[in-house]
Amino acid sequence: MAVIRDVMPAFELFQPASIADAQAVLARYGADAWVLAGGLDSLDWLKDRIKRPQAVVDLGGIVELKGIRPWENGLEIGAMTTLTEVVTHPVIRDRYAILLDAAEAAASPQIRNQGTIGGNASQDTRCWYYRAGWPCYRAGGNICYADTPEAINREHAILDADRCVAVNPSDTAPALIALDARMVVRGASGRERVLAAEEYFVGPAVDITRMTVLQPGDLLTAIRLPGDWAASAGGSGGAEVQFYFEKTRDRQVWDFALVSVASAMVLRGSAIERARIAVNGVAARPLRLAAVEELVRGRPRNEATAVMAANRAIEGAQPLRFNAYKVPLMRNLVKRAIRGTQAWTS
Amino acid sequence: MSDATRRTIAFTLNGRRVTADVKTHETILEVLQRDFGLFGARESCGQGLCGCCTLLVDGTAVSGCLYLAAFAAGAELVTVEGLARGDELHPIQRAFVEKSGFQCGFCTPGFILMTAELLSRHPRPTNEEIRHYLSGNLCRCAAYPDIIEAVKRAAELQADRT
Repeated sequence: MAVIRDVMPAFELFQPASIADAQAVLARYGADAWVLAGGLDSLDWLKDRIKRPQAVVDLGGIVELKGIRPWENGLEIGAMTTLTEVVTHPVIRDRYAILLDAAEAAASPQIRNQGTIGGNASQDTRCWYYRAGWPCYRAGGNICYADTPEAINREHAILDADRCVAVNPSDTAPALIALDARMVVRGASGRERVLAAEEYFVGPAVDITRMTVLQPGDLLTAIRLPGDWAASAGGSGGAEVQFYFEKTRDRQVWDFALVSVASAMVLRGSAIERARIAVNGVAARPLRLAAVEELVRGRPRNEATAVMAANRAIEGAQPLRFNAYKVPLMRNLVKRAIRGTQAWTS
Repeated sequence: MSDATRRTIAFTLNGRRVTADVKTHETILEVLQRDFGLFGARESCGQGLCGCCTLLVDGTAVSGCLYLAAFAAGAELVTVEGLARGDELHPIQRAFVEKSGFQCGFCTPGFILMTAELLSRHPRPTNEEIRHYLSGNLCRCAAYPDIIEAVKRAAELQADRT
């Protein structure tokens, strides 16, 4: 299938100044409307002419979607805040360094200058059969081209596949889950819902055509980081929060994760008081490893705990023809996240 | 109702106030080349991985191939053509010439503009900062060691100038 780059087909562009105005356009155009955040994932689709929306709604002019502000004992990040703003924010650097590491691992400096945290979290999968316009399950068809005997599926899922074997490519998503972030979604009716990050992302068993809970007309407006897992949260009584983020990829820039891991741990002395850990690149949604969190709770942070946790993490993994390497990769990343390998400063 | 497939945008381009009639699906790159004859920002990969189309928008580097022209309304754009003062090259350009920070030159405008953003934030960048900032720019001639030397020299020249 020929890939035509460079020139996009025409579309109507709307640049509303408020969420309500944006949603009015989305309601008017329904399935023919496309929401544009930073535009990186979007323009890729439009240039390839795989997605052909009639109307594009650019959220870039909506001031209320931008900026980072205090929220309760944590932070609220507007969905249209750029990744560069996230990585240069002093409070994120001091208290949520794991999100800084994750956001800084995304793409390239130019793309981080333009790309938004809402867009990064909500971006579509990179499965090339799907991105090339093959009529697969995710595109509304009835086959997964990445899961046939001849399929090239080195980058695809090892866990929780259900017909579709695509994976979530977001770097910030696992960090948001580790930080127990809350996703603020404004529905078409104007009603606001607040979801835990792990509920925001959906796999094919829930909705095979979407990566998130967002339905047409819904907008992610903000991401809230609670204080519970902030770096100073452990404070009293000698407990301390430690983070770990690691992304493995073929190229150190621009590339998407093969497997990534993000963890937040509250340590008391050498013991793990509580932990949150998530991986991405292994399933259609970033996976929170609740069983691993439970397993390590109260145990000493050492090699034995890390090995046990890592083995638990990969239970049930079902590799495809070309991605068996992801199983030991995920195991080792979880091991490093629990045990630690390096200084935590970023 | 106005036609939502067209816009007249006003912006600052290399220090001059300009307007352009654009189609809403056009990238800023297409408009710079067609309406202003500026070819320093080149489209190469078309997907934001090579950095050849880098330009500065309000002092921040973006990939022009993934930047709709309509985004530029009201913004201040700088391309490589806007750096020199008449016949006097910008210190970053002089440094790239002095250190031969290029071979074929195709990627050079992108490297120079990314260097401009780097030096605006880190006037005396470390090797690590240089590598980090330039990580989104590809040089197929692999002139990287000379590019890094050029960036360091540019930092010196800029420090001398201020």
